[in-house]
Amino acid sequence: MLTSLLPEFTVERNEDRCIQCRVCERQCSFDVYGYDGDHDVMVHREENCVACQRCAVLCPTNALNISNNNYTYKPNANWTREHIQDLKKQAETGGVLLTGMGCDKPHKIYWDHILINASQVTNPSIDPLREPMELRTFLGRKPDHLEMKDGKLKRMDTPSVQLTTPIMFGAMSYGAISYNSFSSLARAAYEYGTLFNTGEGGWPKELRKYGKATIVQCASGRFGIDLDYFNDAAVVEIKIGQGAKPGIGGHLPGEKVSEHISQTRMIPEGSDAISPAPHHDIYSIEDLQMLIHALKEATDYRMPVSVKISAVHNAPAIASGMVRAGADIIVLDGLRGGTGAAPKILRDNVGIPIELALAAVDTRLRNEGVRNWASLVVSGGIRNSADVFKAIALGADAVYIGTPALMALGCTVCQKCYTGKCAWGITTQDPYLTKRVNPEIGTRSLVNLLRAWSLEIKELLGCGGINSIESVRGNRLQLRGIGLEQWELDTLGIRGAGQ
Amino acid sequence: MKDLSRTNNPYNDEKVISQCSIFGMMDTSGKLHSGKQVITAISNMHERGNGLGGGFAIYGCYPERAEDYALHIMYHTRASRDETEVYLKRFFEIRHSEEIPTFPTPAIKNPPDVFRYFVQPKMEEVHEIISDNDLVARRVFKINTSIDNAYVFSSGKDMGVFKGVGFPEQIAEFFGLEDYYGYIWTAHGRFPTNTQGWWGGAHPFSLLDWTVVHNGEISSYGANRRFLEMYGYVCTMHTDTEVVAYAVDLLARKHELPIETVMDIFSPPVWEQIDRLETQEREYFEALRKVYGPLLLNGPFAIIVAHHGEMVAHTDRIRLRPMVAGLSGDIVYTSSEESSIRLISPDLDRVWIPVGGHPVIARLKGIPGHDIVEGGKPVGGAEPLEVGN
Repeated sequence: MLTSLLPEFTVERNEDRCIQCRVCERQCSFDVYGYDGDHDVMVHREENCVACQRCAVLCPTNALNISNNNYTYKPNANWTREHIQDLKKQAETGGVLLTGMGCDKPHKIYWDHILINASQVTNPSIDPLREPMELRTFLGRKPDHLEMKDGKLKRMDTPSVQLTTPIMFGAMSYGAISYNSFSSLARAAYEYGTLFNTGEGGWPKELRKYGKATIVQCASGRFGIDLDYFNDAAVVEIKIGQGAKPGIGGHLPGEKVSEHISQTRMIPEGSDAISPAPHHDIYSIEDLQMLIHALKEATDYRMPVSVKISAVHNAPAIASGMVRAGADIIVLDGLRGGTGAAPKILRDNVGIPIELALAAVDTRLRNEGVRNWASLVVSGGIRNSADVFKAIALGADAVYIGTPALMALGCTVCQKCYTGKCAWGITTQDPYLTKRVNPEIGTRSLVNLLRAWSLEIKELLGCGGINSIESVRGNRLQLRGIGLEQWELDTLGIRGAGQ
Repeated sequence: MKDLSRTNNPYNDEKVISQCSIFGMMDTSGKLHSGKQVITAISNMHERGNGLGGGFAIYGCYPERAEDYALHIMYHTRASRDETEVYLKRFFEIRHSEEIPTFPTPAIKNPPDVFRYFVQPKMEEVHEIISDNDLVARRVFKINTSIDNAYVFSSGKDMGVFKGVGFPEQIAEFFGLEDYYGYIWTAHGRFPTNTQGWWGGAHPFSLLDWTVVHNGEISSYGANRRFLEMYGYVCTMHTDTEVVAYAVDLLARKHELPIETVMDIFSPPVWEQIDRLETQEREYFEALRKVYGPLLLNGPFAIIVAHHGEMVAHTDRIRLRPMVAGLSGDIVYTSSEESSIRLISPDLDRVWIPVGGHPVIARLKGIPGHDIVEGGKPVGGAEPLEVGN
């Protein structure tokens, strides 16, 4: 069919360098390249290119340059190229536009408007190479106070989990990502002493040995759930919403449901796996309370129960209700949170930035005197260790990272996860592609990432004269805002730089 | 609500930074001593202060009215005194009241009027089950946060805080402290970096019979403060010392934790050390850090905390502020500098530098537990000095 769309990217081949090894052709899963034997040249179908850069990275002679196509419609601040292209796509297909990864729109990134403090003179900075620096973090409900009896502490009856560093891998299901990617996350979390999250696609039996590093999800589709699924894990998480697509469910197409995925999800091979928008047993806060307690009963009160929501306008009131309903961990997933597939219109327009939601929820829970009843975990838009530090200083106990973890495995954020053709072998079930992620190397890369960020967080602690992460948690005096309006400073609960 | 931060924090800094000298002395036999020695000792550390704050806490100074709460109140205007006294008459039975005798000296400028009231809380108008201490603490907060130009700076029984703007020896002269007697004395000389100095902002900070003198800057202030606010404390003064005082009140008085545990919360061992402990001890520290982690005091500090029967000297866990302890018979000294101890007690049985994060606790004889303890271990005058344990 004739399309009126223009190619988004340009493929330039330096013919002097090209040796016609055809690596690009084999590596491209989007069918950009071909070889014309009659004329002995490589040919390109640029309109298929997604700029994942797989070909450019693997080209042995650096002959390829993938860049933005510089075509232009008549410049128009209102009708940008993206709007025009999207509109034409819809006129041609009549469908909802899908996309992958987190919102890529230039909504204000508050992390970039927050600066961190350092010690000078009146309190000394601390050198993390010489002195202990503590990142150990516990997630779970904490009692309001401890009691001593006969010189001994009375036992605390609230379960918690221990993290070596306040960074966890966020929920990405087996099905949305490949087995090799999934198992790399499990192994890396286990090795480093943190947690990964199974997402809602079940939990393969052979990975249960990493149970103490595993958060299992109970989402609206209830895939792969039985009693062992909960009891083999360290934390159970009820997923209500996701930052990339608040208020809607998910859909794993049948063609991705292989034999192993079908076993893991407990659904027939080749059938669509559909997660409804709401849980059909949760239509209100008291329903949530019942599910939380059902899960606590099922796990004998041995592990914390987490509830994840997307960051929406009235998140503080909702979070307060969740804590009172018995949630031991609250997860907020922000506007820029990633996804394997979501309607573009939702991803880019629904929800609020995580920084504002985090600050508002932390403040509300403190005002209500219930902040210590639950841990607060945030996700959606964390890009580096400074973002982690700022999140903790705003009040988070820990963060989830999704996109950064996938980047460690190769992802270049081309946003085509929903096509199932990921050339980096991450968000695909095609065996030809999935073997591109080597779980040994993937594990090592992920552990490296956790280690590097943890070292940087220690440097940030040390420069502020603090040697334990708990002294930064909620310590908003460590932060100052820049380029923010008063209402933004007020919501974040921080002063402006120089104040 | 009145804004004390305007008085104590004229530039609206996020917190008032000050560094200091501190001194403590306790006779564990309960024998009373005049202020002479302590004044000599603290004035020997003159250079550690800058004349913008000095103060003393004395335990055992009102034996003839030991059953009454002694409220020390400073007034900056006559109207504030009238307003406060109406409040006091309504909510307290005032057994005795008087202006605290003062002896004007050239160094002390523009002092407030300082009065003391020996009182019992009235239970009329109270429609809940509440202890006397909680009720008095609530009334003190009420005066301090709602009556302009009036400030209660001491509210315990048989003890008193005396403080103001000046070097500590000038404050002592102003109040004539040489003629007061107590079995515990703590003292403070202050070096705020920029505040003009307000009488209420000097140390010791006090609530009921708990007092704190403090040298340091607590980098975890923001985290500590927000945790305490959750338990209803209003941090009006923007100083880290205020936060220490409230944390002691929450942990020791309200949560009824022993003082050793309070200090373990302020400066717990690092995880590497905790991981090597026996199960019971490990679980103890794990529980403390899980539940009270937000009250870990991070950054450099040395504090002397006192209440009836106990005096505790404590530093941060990597000991970024000085603290020396000395022992002479039944008397325990704690000080920022050794010279001050030696000046008043040349023949010490023992003098030592406590390990960072190991509190030195002096107890009145007759109270269960050893009289003098460091880091959980009894300390005796004749015992050899253990270093680096």
